[in-house]
Amino acid sequence: MKKKNKIKIKINGKDLFIAEKTTAYSLVNILKLPLKKIAIEKNRKILDKKKLKKIILKNKDKIEIVHFIGGG
Amino acid sequence: MSKKDHFYIDNKKFVSRLIVGTGKYKNMTECAKAIKISGAEIVTVAVRRVNILDKSKPLLMDFVDPKKITYLPNTAGCFNSEEALRTLRLAREIGGWKLVKLEVLGDRKNLFPDMIETLKSTEVLTKEGFKVMVYCNDDPLMAKRLENAGAVSIMPLAAPIGSGLGIQNKLNIQIIRKQTRLPLIIDAGIGQASDACIAMEMGCDGVLINTAIAKAKYPFKMAEAMKQAVIAGRESFLSGRIKKSYLGKSSSPKSGLI
Repeated sequence: MKKKNKIKIKINGKDLFIAEKTTAYSLVNILKLPLKKIAIEKNRKILDKKKLKKIILKNKDKIEIVHFIGGG
Repeated sequence: MSKKDHFYIDNKKFVSRLIVGTGKYKNMTECAKAIKISGAEIVTVAVRRVNILDKSKPLLMDFVDPKKITYLPNTAGCFNSEEALRTLRLAREIGGWKLVKLEVLGDRKNLFPDMIETLKSTEVLTKEGFKVMVYCNDDPLMAKRLENAGAVSIMPLAAPIGSGLGIQNKLNIQIIRKQTRLPLIIDAGIGQASDACIAMEMGCDGVLINTAIAKAKYPFKMAEAMKQAVIAGRESFLSGRIKKSYLGKSSSPKSGLI
């Protein structure tokens, strides 16, 4: 389902509707995530954090955003 | 321990020979305090999805400063080479981490490493410029192959992860010690301070401990105990122990006996 002027993407397994032409950089800001502490993957390809402003998200994109947590 | 007794991993100097994991603690505050008490300079960390629905959860980096403590991204939970490579490439993108711990598991019950996938991953990661510390079985032949593949540290298990059984195969660990000049870190299976001490007395360069500290009844007390055990074991190793004898040798002189 596509809402007017919106695209549906999947972030960390969850559906999210965002405005068309949203960049990966804007997405990080929308989600209020600290860029220095995360890494982003789009459709299994790791994104260069320096180039996020140039990456425009498309309908059905699958995004993974990860960070460090406690582990052994 | 003497400050001169340092060791190197990939040309980086470390004084503390105790590496600790950051998992299984009650909360981040407890984790950070245990790390501080342990004196560890390296901590392992996991790479996981950000919870985009609940961002109120505390971040590890807010409690354990990666500028002060070396983060060692770990592939714990990966069961094949593809997953492990993906995880570490993401870890590198978070903030340029190249020194990593590779752990590719092969069995969900005993958590033994899949050494075929581990070796394959080591080769790929090394070619990509990663400095790979490798969790492995206590198999001298595989340890040699990992070394030949470019590993910067060999990390054989003492016993299954989280088992607390201590070193089960001392002979193999001794063989690995003799054959490699790479940093040899005992990883997994430590249960109590004496286990860590034994590893160090065998000439290992360090030990990696998580569960034994985090799940101890009193984690801070255990963090201190592990710190002291590693120091004691290292000092004991450097002291040159006496030869074993199966007969008694009296400590007091025989002359002057009344």
